Order: sequence, then structure tokens, then C-alpha cells
Amino acid sequence: MAESTTVKKKRVGYKLLVEPRLNPPPGWYPLVVSIGAIVFGLFLGGILIAFAGGDPIRSYQHIAKASFGDIGVLSDTLVKATPIMLTALACAVAFRMKLWNIGAEGQFIMGAFAASAIVLTPVLSAETPRWLFITVMILAGMAGGAFWGFIPGYLKAKLNVNEIITTLMMNYIAVAWVNFWIFGVWSEGGFQMSPKFPETAWLPRLLDYAKSLPSLRGLTTHGGILIAISVAIILWMVLNRSRWGYEIRLIGDNPQAAKYAGINIQKNIIYVMMLSGALAGLGGMSEVTGVIHRLQTSPLAAGYGFTGIIVAWLAKLNPLVIIPVSILFGALILAGREIQPSGVPKMIQGIILVSLIASDFLLRYRIRIVRVEA
Amino acid sequence: MSSGLIYTSSLILSGKNLIYTYCRSSRLTQTFSSPPDTPLAVEMRGIVKRFPGVLANDHVDFELKAGEIHALLGENGAGKSTLMNVLAGLYRQETGTIHVHGKQVEFHSPRDAINAGIGMVHQHFMLVPSQTVTENILLGLDTPRFFMRLPEYDAKIAAMGEQFGLIVDPRAKIWQLSVGEQQRVELLKLLYRGANVLIMDEPTAVLAPQEIDGLFGILRSMVAQGKSVIFISHKLQEVTAIADRVSVLRRGVSTASGVPSRGVSRQELARLMVGRDVVFTVDKTPGKPGDVVLDVKDIHAENDKGLPALRGFSLNVRAGEIVGVAGVAGNGQSELAQVITGLRPCKQGQVTLRGEQVSNRNTLFGIQHGMAYVPEDRTRVGSAPNLSVTDNVIMKNFRLPPISHGGMLDMTAANKLANDLKLAYDIIVPNVATPVRLLSGGNLQRVILAREISGKPDFMVAVQPTRGLDVGAIEGVHQLLLAQREAGAGILLVSEELEELLSLSDRVYVIYEGKVMGEIQVGQVEPDQSLIETIGLMMTGTPLDQIRKEEVGAHG
Repeated sequence: MAESTTVKKKRVGYKLLVEPRLNPPPGWYPLVVSIGAIVFGLFLGGILIAFAGGDPIRSYQHIAKASFGDIGVLSDTLVKATPIMLTALACAVAFRMKLWNIGAEGQFIMGAFAASAIVLTPVLSAETPRWLFITVMILAGMAGGAFWGFIPGYLKAKLNVNEIITTLMMNYIAVAWVNFWIFGVWSEGGFQMSPKFPETAWLPRLLDYAKSLPSLRGLTTHGGILIAISVAIILWMVLNRSRWGYEIRLIGDNPQAAKYAGINIQKNIIYVMMLSGALAGLGGMSEVTGVIHRLQTSPLAAGYGFTGIIVAWLAKLNPLVIIPVSILFGALILAGREIQPSGVPKMIQGIILVSLIASDFLLRYRIRIVRVEA
Repeated sequence: MSSGLIYTSSLILSGKNLIYTYCRSSRLTQTFSSPPDTPLAVEMRGIVKRFPGVLANDHVDFELKAGEIHALLGENGAGKSTLMNVLAGLYRQETGTIHVHGKQVEFHSPRDAINAGIGMVHQHFMLVPSQTVTENILLGLDTPRFFMRLPEYDAKIAAMGEQFGLIVDPRAKIWQLSVGEQQRVELLKLLYRGANVLIMDEPTAVLAPQEIDGLFGILRSMVAQGKSVIFISHKLQEVTAIADRVSVLRRGVSTASGVPSRGVSRQELARLMVGRDVVFTVDKTPGKPGDVVLDVKDIHAENDKGLPALRGFSLNVRAGEIVGVAGVAGNGQSELAQVITGLRPCKQGQVTLRGEQVSNRNTLFGIQHGMAYVPEDRTRVGSAPNLSVTDNVIMKNFRLPPISHGGMLDMTAANKLANDLKLAYDIIVPNVATPVRLLSGGNLQRVILAREISGKPDFMVAVQPTRGLDVGAIEGVHQLLLAQREAGAGILLVSEELEELLSLSDRVYVIYEGKVMGEIQVGQVEPDQSLIETIGLMMTGTPLDQIRKEEVGAHG
């Protein structure tokens, strides 16, 4: 205070003013800001590529070609997007209620385990018709994930145990549990994997129909993507158009008001954690029956549950927006591997993410540049 | 917008004039002049502090003598805390001067105030729960610089505690201490920083009765050692028990300044505190009370801190009447509303709604049996700020047709309901998809009232329904409540605004420390001076029976 009054130099300068927005920005604004953030992230990434001795423009062209360039790579992108979509939906429904379920990874693995158990126990023999096999496996996968979500949900509801810790820790238990089974019980010749599933327990793939439609040859996109998209639409309906969804949204926005409206919060914590787990479990089921065709931890525990958290946030917890965002992420994962196994592409991914998350600031605040005379 | 502003400000002006005329006639002239040799520890002159829309302190004078306990009395919102926050350096006055020990001071921060020897213990303690008493006391000080040397400081603080009777283990962690002990830590913090003027903001509000006696002992021992104490309170018993002198604030104006507490009757203090207001003229038809809708019988309940908040409280509300609950905030009103609506368990006694028990059941039971509730806190309890107006108006009836269809919500019906209510209740909002956090206080209150009333309740609890609203909005809320009474609903109105209670209610109960002090029929009678005095006495802890007895004694 005292210093500023003693200095009497006249200077003209510019000042950045950051003000919270009082009115919501227009509807197009969030979209433009998000696209701007991605472009900005790509720009920074380009500088990085240049530093690494590459040609940014050619690299980006290559990435685009490698993920959306032709029907074959597009199909691979969708395969990558499927598990992300389901785990992101799982996270979104829990986050809507401010339940910080970061255990989608473990629920995904437990879903895969429960679905595999149908084949490996075996509950159903290899001769079972495919429709029955898939239906039972879907139910088993959802039940496995739901059970893994029920435990932290119950602890949270009854004893107020922090769900962040329990869900995180249960991820490791899930991996260890599956490892125990594939090492000790269902091991194929001592390898850390189960025997391959019979084809009746595989989700149908596009290449299965190549006999009648030759252009589908080699396309590995499987039925999981249809499941994921339908789940996204159903979840949107549940959240925005159903009584239960209304309760979830009310609890998420103001638990005090929900209590005042006569809503049982404890019960809903358990139900929502179970639903969240079931969706992640469905993702695990779709991955084992659509891609891996056996129970094996290394491709399962690839971090889909954690990517799901990021995708759910970027989609602002809107199930319909999760569809394109997960496809974008599938593309990034795929294209990244095309140009370099790790390293620069991962960094670009990270930069885009940080830009997107930081751009949220522009939705809540506005920045003005004012001239000041000091 | 602009016309509303003009309207409000003109009303504030006229209201101020009225208060002035009243105050002039009833201000206690300071005939009890003190011995001139006692030096003044603090002298505040002509303090003005304004907040948006409120004149919190209007040319207030305040004097504190060295070595006295000085009570500052007033209702909630009278400006007591504001005045003391100015003295403690948290707020800056717009005009007026402060002298401390004869020297004029300018405080820019609480640090300046503490350097001048003035410290304040707030109602909400500012302690770090996971740290020890000594660590909390040393927090923010320059010494010790790097190594904590805790044993050395533990001994220092223990010695200081011994000196002032503030017995507390310096090595104990704050979370292990009772509220009374935490208060002692706050006092030690100030004494350690060299404070000799201690401001205590409603120190007894958080204490159990035996702890209050302990606190009074501590205050006396501190005064005996040359400290001066300002004691903010709204409880007359305490004031007469502990204070040497009393100052009274009412609506930002000083109505008594430095009156010896022995020389003034409790009636007089009650009147200075509560005063007499222009009662709103409300068109109210004579009541036609029907059967009892709500019966509260001898309920006991605890507050959030686990202290008893309701101690054998009983009342009843009949159909077609408004029953008021008067009292200074924090005497169990919120807990009463929560017990009735099922949000808070009651330990003993029961609440029945048309003969069916509603206490200790879930909230849903009350909702399904025709109970409406306008909660005290509009934004934290009564609404979901980020959800739309539509989502907020269906909060109570989303389980019923036409909104609900077998588990799905009919959003067309919900939006239609929201639009109908928007028209009927004059809710000013661009469209019903707007999140309610963008609504003004009055508009949000209308959304809540629209929701509660449109359910056609048999019984409604309204807690502070007009708090923070401008005059026009208050008028609107009053009309809505009266219309409900006309329609035959029973209404329990909890308010701190006495004029509101007296103009709307058919009967008024006065609550003090969780007990009924008395019940008064208001009806069509123009409230007179003695009635207001009686209510004022009850609000500060004298039961009606006792007042009546004293009256009979005085007249007979």
C-alpha cells in the first residue's frame, strides 16, 4: 500500500483481468473452446515433434491416416474405443452423484473374470448356442462388476468409508484374484493365461460376415461397440428422463436438498455403485469375448478404467458425449502406436488432455485486457 | 430493477426515521455517570458501517473502561458482531474514530488490532484440530523461528493458563478437547499475543451450563488481573450475572450505552433490545381454526454438536391458523422444524400429524402425508442450485403422476407445471430450464413456496421465509402464507422478525433454550407496548408465568 503511493512514475501498461462469469456463456461456446483447446494442444505437440526431429505436419497426417484413414483402421479405432466407452459410462454415472469411483479398472477385470468363469468352469458347454452363451456372459460380467462396486458402495453407505481409497485398492485385489486363477486353476500349459474360448462364446465380429459381404474381410470390430452405444443412450435416458436418474442428479447437486425431498441417500449410494460396477464389468466382458477370447491379465489391465475417468470428465459426464470422446481416445491410442510405441504420441495425448481440462477455466471465467495508467 | 431500488431505499429511509423517533424517546440517558478517574480502554465514536442494502452500524458510540466486563446486548442482526469486528480489525468503519488507551488507531487487519492489544474470540473457533494447544497458539508468530522447542513453550503456556485459570493441557491435540476447553485455547492465544481487551462473541452459545459457570470464573479472574472484556450476548440472565455495564444495540443504532447492569431492570433491557416496530398492516380475516393438525408433545432433541437443543417442547397447530414461534436464533427453532419434518431424530416425545406419528420416521412419510416445509436455508437445503427451475419444482411430487409414469419422468408435464407455477407465482426467469443458482433470493423463495404450496398441504412449516428478501418480496410471501391459512392449512411460522410474527400469526409461542416460555394469543389485537415487552422478556429467558406473577405483585 505505502510503496505504491510513494512511486510516482507514470507508466502505461496493460493488465489482465480475470472475472468470474455471472451469466452462462452461449450454447456454442463450450464446443468452440474445446476445439480450440485441441488445436492448441496439437500446436504445442507439433513443436515437440519438431524438437524430436520430426516433421509435425507429416506426423499429424500420418496419425489421421492411421486412425481414420480407411475402413480397416477405423474398425481398429472402434475396437479400442469400446472398453473406454463402457468404463467412461461407468465413471460418469458414479461421478454424477459425486461418488468418486476410481475402481472401474478393477470392476472391468472382475466383469471379465465372471464372464470367463461361464466358459472356464464350465457353466455352459462349448456346444451352447451363441445367443445363449453371450446373454449369460453379459449377465455374469455385469454381476461380477456390480459385486465389485457393491463392496465399496456398502462400506460408504453404512460406515462412511472413503470410496476413493476402497475402489482404488480393490483394483489391485482384482488383478491379483484373476492372476491366481490363470496361474493356478485355468492355466494353459503353465502360461499366464486361460485356454482359448470356444467360438460360440465370442462376440460376433464384422469379419464373421465376410463370406456374404467380402468388404468386411479383416475387420475386427465386434458387437461390443453396439452394446456400448446402446448403453450410452439408455444411460442418458435413465439419468435425464427417469425418476431414479432425477434422484441421482439431485443427490449429486445437493445431498441436503435430496434428503429434504425424502430421498434415501444410502440406498442410492449402493445402487449407483453397483450400476457403475456393472457397466465397467460389461466392458470387461466385451473385451474378453470380443478381442482377447481368453482370460489373461496383461491385455485386460491396460488402464481402461483410468482412461474412462478422463473420458468421463472430458465429456462433462454426459453419456452421449462420451461416445465421440471415447472414439477420439481410441484413435489416439491406436495412432500413437503407429508412429512410436511410446514417448512422443503419449506426450501429445497428455498435452491435449491438459489443454482441454485447462480450457474449462474459460467457461467459468472470462479474461479481459484493460489499459491501465499507473 | 431501478424502480425496485428506489422503492426499497425510500422504505429504509422512512423506517430509519421511525426508529429514530422511537429511540430518541426511549434511549436511556446516561445519568449513571461513572467515576471519572477510571481510564477508558476503548472509545469508539460515531462508527458507521454499511453493507449492501443494510446499515449495520449507524453512528454507534461505545466505551469500554479498563478492568470491566462490558456486555453488548442486542438481537441477531442488531450490529453487535459488526461493531466488534470493526474493533478487532476485520472490517473498516466508513466514518467514526477508535481510540485505544487514549490513542487514536487505524486498523487495517486483525494483526494491527492485536498489536494494539485487542483480540476477539469468534463464535466459530479458528483452531487446527490435528495440532496441539501449544502449536495452535504459536501458529503465525515470529518466534520460535525454526525449531519449535515445544517443551519450553508448553511450560510457558501452562504457566500462563495457571495465572488466568485457563486450565488446559498444552500437549493435548485440539480434537481431543471439549468445546469449553477449545474456547480457553482461543483465549490463551489472545493472551499470549499480549491482548488486554478481549472480545467474546456469544461465548456461551456453544457451552453446556456448567461450562458457562467455568467461563464466568475465568472472565472474572482475567478482569481481576487488569484485562478488560467485551461480552456479546442476547441473554439477559447472563448479562446481569457477569457484566459490570451494558450497552444495547438495536438495528444498528445504540439504544443504551454503558449503563451499569445493576441499575437497570431486565424489563427495561428487554424493551431496549426488542423495541417497538411499526407493525405491517396485513389484511387478515378473523381466523376460523379447525381441528388440531400438528401436535408436538414434549420433544427432546440434540443439535449437530450433540448438545440438547429441545428440552421438553410442546405446541399444537390447528387447521386454518398460523402459529408463530418467536425467539432469538439458536434457541432450538431450526431443530424443531427438523424434528417435525423428520430430518432430525427426537430422543423423547413425539410429533403427530392428524394423529399419525411423523417424528423419527423418514422425511418421505411427512411429504406423503401432506406436510410442506419451507426450510431456513434456501440454497443449501431448499433447492439444488445447478438444476433447472423445472427440476427444482418437481422435488416433492416427482414420484406422483402426472410427472411420474412407471419409473420414467414425463418432462413435458414437468415443464408445463414449472411454466404454470412461473406464471401463478410471478417467478421472474427467462425460461424454466435456467439453473436456479442464477435466481435472486426473492425469486428462489418463490420457486420454493410455489413448490410447497402447489402440493396443497394440510400443514406447512415455514422457517424464516422472508429472511434477506426486499420489501416487495416480503409482502408477496406474506400474502401467500395468508392465502394458505384461508385455504384451511395449518402453518407453523418460525421467524426472528417480531413484527412479522405479530402481524401474521393467530398465536405465538416463545422459545428459549429449547423450552416454551409462554403462549400468547395475538388475533386481532393491536400489539401494544406491554405485549412486546412481555415477549422480549420471554425471548431472553423469563417464563410467562413469572412475568404475570411479577405484574400481579406490582399492581397488587
